[in-house]
Parts: sequence; C-alpha cells; structure tokens
Amino acid sequence: MPLFILLLEDKEKSWSKCNLCKRERRKMWGVIRQKMSTGSSSVLVLGQRIRPAACAFRNYSSPAKEINVREALNSALDEEMSADPTVFLMGEEVGEYQGAYKISKGLLDKYGPERVLDTPITEAGFTGIGVGAAYHGLKPVVEFMTFNFSMQAIDHIINSAAKSNYMSAGQLSVPIVFRGPNGAAAGVGAQHSQCYASWYASCPGLKVVAPYSSEDARGLLKAAIRDPDPVVVLENELLYGESFPVSAEVLDSSFCLPIGKAKIEREGKDVTITAFSKMVGYAIKAAEILAKEGISAEVINLRSIRPLDRATINASVRKTNRLVTVEEGFPQHGVGAEICTSVIEDSFGYLDAPVERIAGADVPMPYAANLERLAVPQIEDIVRAAKRACYRAESVASTA
Amino acid sequence: MALWLRKSLKTINNFKSMMGMINHSSSSPSPSFNQNLRNPPVIFIDSPTYFSSHRYESTRAEKQSDSVYGSHCHAQVMDFPGGKIMFSPVMRFISESTQERVHCYQVLDDNGNPITGSNYVQVSEEVALKMYSNMVTLQIMDTIFYEAQRQGRISFYATTIGEEAINIASAAALTIDDFVFPQYREPGVLLWRGFTLQEFANQCFSNKADYGKGRQMPIHYVSKRHNYFTVASTIATQIPHAVGAAYSMKMDKKGACAVTYFGDGGTSEGDFHAALNFAAVREVPVIFICRNNGWAISTPTSDQFRSDGIVVKGKAYGVRSIRVDGNDALAMYSAVHAARSMAISENKPILIEALTYRVGHHSTSDDSTKYRPIEEIEWFKVVRDPVTRFRKWIENRGWWNGKLESELRNTVKEELLDAIQVAEKVEKPTIAELFTDVYDVSPSNLRDQEKFLRETIKRHPQDYPSDVPL
Ligand SMILES: Cc1ncc(C[n+]2csc(CCOP(=O)(O)OP(=O)(O)O)c2C)c(N)n1
Ligand SMILES: [Mg+2]
Repeated sequence: MPLFILLLEDKEKSWSKCNLCKRERRKMWGVIRQKMSTGSSSVLVLGQRIRPAACAFRNYSSPAKEINVREALNSALDEEMSADPTVFLMGEEVGEYQGAYKISKGLLDKYGPERVLDTPITEAGFTGIGVGAAYHGLKPVVEFMTFNFSMQAIDHIINSAAKSNYMSAGQLSVPIVFRGPNGAAAGVGAQHSQCYASWYASCPGLKVVAPYSSEDARGLLKAAIRDPDPVVVLENELLYGESFPVSAEVLDSSFCLPIGKAKIEREGKDVTITAFSKMVGYAIKAAEILAKEGISAEVINLRSIRPLDRATINASVRKTNRLVTVEEGFPQHGVGAEICTSVIEDSFGYLDAPVERIAGADVPMPYAANLERLAVPQIEDIVRAAKRACYRAESVASTA
Repeated sequence: MALWLRKSLKTINNFKSMMGMINHSSSSPSPSFNQNLRNPPVIFIDSPTYFSSHRYESTRAEKQSDSVYGSHCHAQVMDFPGGKIMFSPVMRFISESTQERVHCYQVLDDNGNPITGSNYVQVSEEVALKMYSNMVTLQIMDTIFYEAQRQGRISFYATTIGEEAINIASAAALTIDDFVFPQYREPGVLLWRGFTLQEFANQCFSNKADYGKGRQMPIHYVSKRHNYFTVASTIATQIPHAVGAAYSMKMDKKGACAVTYFGDGGTSEGDFHAALNFAAVREVPVIFICRNNGWAISTPTSDQFRSDGIVVKGKAYGVRSIRVDGNDALAMYSAVHAARSMAISENKPILIEALTYRVGHHSTSDDSTKYRPIEEIEWFKVVRDPVTRFRKWIENRGWWNGKLESELRNTVKEELLDAIQVAEKVEKPTIAELFTDVYDVSPSNLRDQEKFLRETIKRHPQDYPSDVPL
C-alpha cells in the first residue's frame, strides 16, 4: 500500500495548511452555529424538481432470504416487463446470449424477440432508437455492455433524452432507462474501467441512480422503469454476484424505492461517510473497523446521484460535524466535490474538520492488478480519512 | 436454445453457399465502377441547364448490368448535382437484395490449386515462404498464449485462428510506410513487419520492455517503429482515425496509404459509416479491410446487418470495393496489392470485405460453443483452413515439404516458449513510469508524490513488489 499512503498523506499535508485557517474560521462560526443548531433541516434548499415516481417510500424491515444483485436486477426487469407491456429491453447480446453479464437471463424465452432485442454494435444507434420509442409511448430499457461504451451514445442521452421534456414544454416525456455496469471492473484497463456518475449527474433532465445492495437494485431499477423521465442506472460488475439479505417486502412485485432519497445504512454520531455503489460496502466495512477504535461512523448510501439527497446528507453532517465522501471516479469535479459544496453551502458552520474526499486516482485506470488496486479507494483509505476528520490520524511515522 | 441453434445453422448455410460453392467457371462481371462522381460537370447555380431536362440524345447508352431502367432509352435526363439522371415512367423500387450475391474473388481452391482463369499478382518463392512461415508462427503464437492465459500467467487473450491469411497476406502486400489502424485480431500485420515473438510476449506479460509500459490489456499492441497504432478496446474508433491519417498523408504526398482493419460487428458503429463517407468525399488514400468472420462475440451477421455483407456498402458511399476470400492468401495478397496502388496513385479509398471465420472463441472470456454449433466451427477449421490451403500451394510448387514443416513448427514453438519464459522474468516497468506520459513536464504535486513514494519504499522495502525496479 505504499502508494496510497503517499497520496493521502500528501493530501494531509496540504490540508493541514488549510486547517489553520479553518480553525480560525470555526471560532467565528461557532456563534452562528449555536443559533442554527436547532436541528431543523428546513434551511436546506433542494434545488431540484423531483417528479413523482409511481411509488412511495415505505420502511421495510422484516428479514428473509438472500438474493444476489444479478437476481435482483433480473427479477426487477422481469416483473416490470410483465406488469407493463410497453417495457422492452434492448442492447448488445441481451437476448440469445442473455446479456454479457447474464442480467437478462430467461427474458428472451419469456417475452420473445419483440421485447428483448439483440442490437447490432451501434450504441449511438440503439440509444437514439430507444429515445424515439420512448417519445412514442414505449418504455425502453437500454443496456450498455459497459457504461464505457455509452460514450458513443452520450449525445442521445444528454441532448435527446434529457432535454426533450424541457424543450417541448412538457409535451414530450422520455420514459427510458439506460443501464449497465459502470466503474472499475477487474483487469480490463483504461478503456473499460471508468465511473460516469458525475458525468451524467451533471446534466439537468437526467436522473441518475447507483444501486449497492440487492434491495437497492430491485427498488431502484423498478423505480427507474416506472419513472416518466430518463434514468441512468449505474450498476457495478463486481457486485452482480454479491448476495444480500432481502425482506419479503423487497421481494414483493410492488416494491420500489424513491429516486432522490438516500439510505442511512448505519447510524453513527462521530463522522458521516457518503458512498454509492460498491463503495457503500467499503464504507460499511470501514465503519466496522472504526467502531472498534471508538469512532461511530454514519454511513449514507446515496442511492441517487441526481437528484442528490442533500437533506439527508446535511442532516447527518449537522449531527456528526464531520464528512468523508467516497467514490471510485476521478476526484476532479466529482460526486464528492458536489457533496462537499452542498455541505459548505448549507452546513458550513457545523463542520468541525475539513471535508475528506476519497476518490479514484487522477489517472486513466492502470492495467496492472496491483496498480489498479491502488487507483481505486480501499477500505483502509476510508478508515484513515475518517480518523483524520476526527483528528485521530496516526502520525506519519506510524502509518507509513 | 432452439432459437440460436436455428439461427446458427442458417448462418452456416449462408457461409457455405458464400464460400464453398461458388461456381468459378461463370465469368464474374467486370468490375463496374461507378462513373466518376468526383468531377461532375461543373454546374453553376444560375446555369440554365441546372435542373432542366432534355431529350436523351444517345440511344446507345451503355447498358449497366445493375441498371433497373435499362430498357427505357428514350427517357428524359436531368442534370443533377453528381451527374446526369435519367427519368423513367416506371415506378420501380430498387430491391433490397439481389438474386445473386456479390461474387467473391478467389485464386486458390480449397486444395491449393489456382482456379483456371484466375488473375493474381505473382508472389516470389521468398515472399511466399515468409508468408507461410508467418502464418504458422501466428497459429503457434495463438495456441501458446491462449494456453498461458488458461494457466493464469496472463489475464486475457484473443486468438486470430482462421484469419491468418487476412493478417499475413494483407501485410505482405503493404509497405512499412503504410500506417496501420488495427482492431485486435490483426497481430499478424505486426509480425510481418518484424515485431519479434519476444516483443509480443513482453506486451502480453506487461513487462518493462512492453512499448505500452504495461498500461494496456494483453493483445493491445502498439509499435511506432512499425507504424502500428495502439489497439483500442472501443470498437470501430480506429476507422475514422485511419481516414484522418490518410488525409494527412495525402497532404504530405508521402506515396503511402493508411490501412484499417475491423470486424463485421464494427461496421454497425457510426464510425464506420462516417469514415467511408468522409474518405470518399475527401478522396484520401485509405484501405478499409473488413474481416467478415460471421460473428461479433455471440451476434451472428444476420443480427448485425441485412445487406449483402459489407462490400455493397462501399458502393453506397462511392467507395470502390471488392469481396475477397479471406482464407485464400493469394487472393488477399492480390486484392490488397491492387487496392494499395489504386489508393495511392488515384488518392482513393478502397473497401475490401474479406470473408472468413472466427475459428476460436471471441476471447478468453468467451465460450462460443454456447451459441454456435461445433460442426460449424469444425467445418471452417478443417475444410477452409487458410494455412493448409496455402501450404498445399507452396508444396505443389515444390517450395515446401514435410521436413521443412516440422522444422519450422519446432523452431517457432521453442522460440515462443523461450520468449514467454523471458518475458515472465523481465521486471515490470520502473517506478518512475508511474509519473510519466500525462504531463510534458511533471507538475510539482507529482514530483512530491514520487519523492515521497521513494522514501516510503526505502523505509518499507518488504512491502514493495520485488519485480518492479526503482
Ligand atoms: C463501443 C464498443 N461496444 C461494444 C464493445 C464490446 N465488444 C468487444 S468485441 C465486440 C465484437 C466485435 O465483433 P467484430 O467487429 O465482428 O470483430 P471480431 O471480434 O469478430 O473480430 C464487442 C461487441 C466494445 N469493445 N466497444
Ligand atoms: Mg466478427
């Protein structure tokens, strides 16, 4: 791990300069903070319109069996296709091959080639065709073999799908889902291993969700399909085979999660850790390690990148006064940057420490397995950042 | 299950009729190139002839074989941008298909005998033997690297088996000054140009000697020295790149051309269409070589397009095109040779559709028996093997025999096993390489990081991989 220690400590050095001035400001803000700390989150401005999805959030709890994320996505597709004859799936190898990652297993047999379409290798083409079908009353689910290949089609996602509702003054809606694995897989190099969360999340008109668990996968994909607007569903290849316990309610075909709402995966009081997709698992593991050292971390699973659940994040930060953001994507202009800004704007006076941003390294993904590991956040990176935020960082000599 | 089998069998039948059972004695139509659309009669917008029609004077107009209006010789014609257009009283739609598919140029039959009447570019004994030994080398390289991946020594591999003739014969007909923009199934071009087995192994093992510094997946070769551009994982992006390079080469008057390779699947990407169109409009020296091998991972060509393959698309874009038996090294060699001289002397793009078959799985992440019948694979592997066919030809000429064959195979095998062992032992790229190639001059934060990294390693040498030099 020498490289990552290096990156983080390098960052710590530059932070420590800021810390001085930040501490000065903290004194100043102390007064204001006391006034604000009545706990109300009504000061938060949610600058985003959240169109109602066809579901309401309920709090489910009863434990039941385990399913993996692949099964969760597959069953969500299956149920939505069975419930709504206008829903259809389209993409490279989704039919006879059952999807490059077998997410569409069994769907061709069940729904036939009219509703499970194997496309030629034309991402720009089938994305545009999907948007057209959505203009005209169908609900396409467009699968990208990986989101890296959605780059060929991004014009239709941004300029066609995301903007048509606005440009037609609400006359056209585009109920389409773009889904597929996003972010780093394993050993597939720079052109297959990028996170596009911040790319899509920066565009008004799009909704962007990133499931972590099987519950997320089922609830968010179903919500995305039922949603009247274009939704980008960023899955993670390395999670497909991972199993999670799910309640009977989650398995019910009516189950659905609200887009725009984060989930507190673990409650805590000392530091808030935000994460999405695979990084949620890392954040939870980091919280377990921190707990052993007496630090109580609150883990927020963002679930939705756009709209971003600023209310939940800020409420948590107002409680813990410390924030660590975690993402696999590049740091610059990333999701962490946006979360940090939101907290600075709405809860600056509550911060007791500089916000810590853990992100992928600012380099194209290395092919070498050891470097690949170093280029994406690891659990220990999150632990160290949380300790720094709690002023519990070990000295350079003992960590290095 | 039943569905894909049906489809696959349909494909095999198409292939058989396309490749095995062509009636060679029927004289193929003389290549009817379109009239020169490059230099249409100059028409000014206020010219009285613009859009005006008049009686068609000549009643002896050349009867084009593909004309659907041939019999209406008294029809009116119109000067239209691009050339004269004849009017017709008949409402007839151009058919989406022709009764007979575009013929496939072939020189050697399956037994390695030249077809009577076939015209081809002569190949000297020396070149023929180099072609053959390169094809064999490519085959052995694939077998050994594939095995190395199965043993977990490299992470990924894709073979070129079945497509050796396209690889080697096309490369043989080019010169090293021609810039190559490959997909991932053309390592043979690099082999022909002198990339050594050691160099191939270095890339696949991502060691210090790899020209890509270990930053790419295996088989994503690059060699500036050989004018061979980095293989891109993203399908079809190399096609417009080749056109751009060709445009530059035209400006430079280099007397060379750009050559790009891609699969049948790649032709569905917009990049293919933009590239052909631009190449035609800009009149650039580029050769498009499509390896139509029947499959794009599990997608058969019947799910990829409904045209008569790729060759007909060239005509639609105004690009001179030919369909070639890609498993016939002599036909490939001749077609690329002719294409190159036309491309350079006339500044024209040329499209070659090479019919072949992907005998191996798509890559080491694929099991193709799940979606295509084993008999289909076997048929192409045994009956239509391009290497065997070429071998028969050189044997018939007395240039080759069983003894030379076993010598060659043994030497190449040994050389390869050696290369792999060496590549595995060579250290990884040095630590300094972690900080290069993004910035021209390293910014201070990277310099600080490097310094800090080196200090950390000094303090904790045991945590540092021993095969990465400092
Ligand atoms: C833009 C893009 N979309 C999808 C893929 C996934 N993919 C990799 S290879 C391949 C099939 C290519 O088939 P073809 O062009 O026929 O070449 P072949 O493998 O047969 O040589 C696909 C779909 C990709 N690499 N890039
Ligand atoms: Mg192919």
